[in-house]
Amino acid sequence: MTRLALFGGIYSNYHALEVALADIERRRVQAVYCLGDLGAFGPYPDRVYPLLRAARVGCLQGNYDNSLAGGLTDCQCGYTDPRDNHFARLSYAYTFTHTSEENKAWLRTLPQNFRLEIEGRRLLLCHGSPRKINEFLWESTSPDQFLAYLLDEADADVACVTHTGIKWHRKLPDGRHFVNVGVLGRPENDGTTAVWYTLLSVGHEDLNVEFVPVEYDFQALARDMARERLPEEFIETISTGWWTTCLEVLPHKERARGRF
Amino acid sequence: MKHPIIALKHIDNLWFQVTGTLCNIACAHCFNGSGPGVKTFGFLTIDRVRDELETAISVGLKAIFFTGGEPFLHPQLLEMLRLSLDAAPTTVLTNGTLITDRTADELAKMERGTRYSLEIRVSLDGYTEERNDAIRGRGVFCRALDATRRLSQRGILPLVTVVRTWSEEEELTTLAGFVRTLRQAGYSKPRIKILPSLPLGRELTRAQARVASAHSAVASLAREQENQQDASLARPADAIPDESLLTEEMLVGFDLDLLMCSNSRLVTDRGVWVCPLLVEMPDARLGDRLRTAVPHYELRHVACTSCYHYGTICGNVSAQIEGPADATTAPDFSPARFKPSVLSG
Ligand code: SF4
Ligand code: SF4
Ligand SMILES: [Fe+2]
Repeated sequence: MTRLALFGGIYSNYHALEVALADIERRRVQAVYCLGDLGAFGPYPDRVYPLLRAARVGCLQGNYDNSLAGGLTDCQCGYTDPRDNHFARLSYAYTFTHTSEENKAWLRTLPQNFRLEIEGRRLLLCHGSPRKINEFLWESTSPDQFLAYLLDEADADVACVTHTGIKWHRKLPDGRHFVNVGVLGRPENDGTTAVWYTLLSVGHEDLNVEFVPVEYDFQALARDMARERLPEEFIETISTGWWTTCLEVLPHKERARGRF
Repeated sequence: MKHPIIALKHIDNLWFQVTGTLCNIACAHCFNGSGPGVKTFGFLTIDRVRDELETAISVGLKAIFFTGGEPFLHPQLLEMLRLSLDAAPTTVLTNGTLITDRTADELAKMERGTRYSLEIRVSLDGYTEERNDAIRGRGVFCRALDATRRLSQRGILPLVTVVRTWSEEEELTTLAGFVRTLRQAGYSKPRIKILPSLPLGRELTRAQARVASAHSAVASLAREQENQQDASLARPADAIPDESLLTEEMLVGFDLDLLMCSNSRLVTDRGVWVCPLLVEMPDARLGDRLRTAVPHYELRHVACTSCYHYGTICGNVSAQIEGPADATTAPDFSPARFKPSVLSG
């Protein structure tokens, strides 16, 4: 049995990252991967880099990282709602100006996916979807045949993605697996303040997915965010567990579960 | 002039023009000229829907859309939606005027019973009765608002779609106006999606002026982005032509996924069309059935230029950038190939 720890969407939440990495350390995994989006949303973006390096986390480039690395003018989340756009611009401008040149240069070197072969299974780790770095794969809008098609195209038996901010796992009728590993950066619109990472155990016979909640000091994060004058709306999200922005990208089911 | 030819990459989205061009109202801007008694296109049978669904599912369909005309005029719509939701997330584009309490009950029951999202899109054109009904007809405003309340009371949050007919400065106040109106009508958690105004159907006569202004908007955007390092993520500044039709050069470095014709098809009672926007163009008919339809199309219409400038109006997707190339070089501390090395303990 091979065990991997997977997470994505740190969004500068170094408080949660620290707790998650300590928890992962106790669980005796063989490797740790971050599926992208290191910065965004939170405070002091440079603080996550040394933590990732020290823990030897294999990092992929997310859409946010791709934007920062390329000096693009936006985060490529593709919002069309003016309010979402407003907040996306604020947080991108903050993250861009507070990420060092050195870290931006390093983001430029990151690959956009990893292929692993474990116990005869072909795994693909990527950010949005196997075919697009910023495609949202939500549980309620990713039908079986579409996931099977993505796996076929990618020559994979297991795909792990992030980007949406809400975790899920589906075992397809043909026995292959698709996992959205969730994010460490902010809670997942369920009214709790926990964030999530994923433990993937790959055996010859079966594959097991365990979602692990991370309870961290969100009040410390809130204080940082206030000090950095990040939007009240963002602070409300990490303090209540309800999304207040970026709501337009949520499909019906995921939106209906939230407060806003 | 030779226009670019676009190939169908994959059928992500399957559209059913389920009631053809029959609608119970006649909006001034209707993009396919639907209205009462308009029978350019007719109803689809449920067998036809089932058959085309099977084809699309077998190749990995992602999402299904029902449009018209007004889909709720079809006596078997609910039955079709059940079929559809078994297979994929499903969106219905409606004017909302025919959603009764009973229909709302049925939709809510369906929504609870599926793992895929059901999106009911209700179109509005203004957040006041006066403004909306000037475009959509008398009484439509109140009936559409009633629908949003009926649905939201039952746990369905309809997506209210509005075509942008205001300036950028008015955007936030207009949006706030819609939120206020919907809340007052009893829809407490309103979802609103603003769509770009496209020169199609009854609006086609104003096309040239619109496209010209789109060109200037894109030109300034391109200037802004000139210094970007990754040219493929921006539309190149020198790709803006004087005329209003697409050329191959314009598509160099352009993300073709933004065009519905690269990832969608429309099924009508008269055959398969390249996209919902061109149903009035006979040359956009690609065949009788999905299975046998031609898999490419020459982008020769003004509407194609609109798509290019504004992106797709219809899908639930937004702009997306080109996807990952496989990792070839690994960063310092990232294992590109899995090597079970002990990281902890
Ligand atoms: S409700 Fe829709 S289909 Fe009917 S006339 Fe208006 S825009 Fe056209
Ligand atoms: S109108 Fe748009 S979607 Fe339709 S063929 Fe032209 S470019 Fe493609
Ligand atoms: Fe992302």
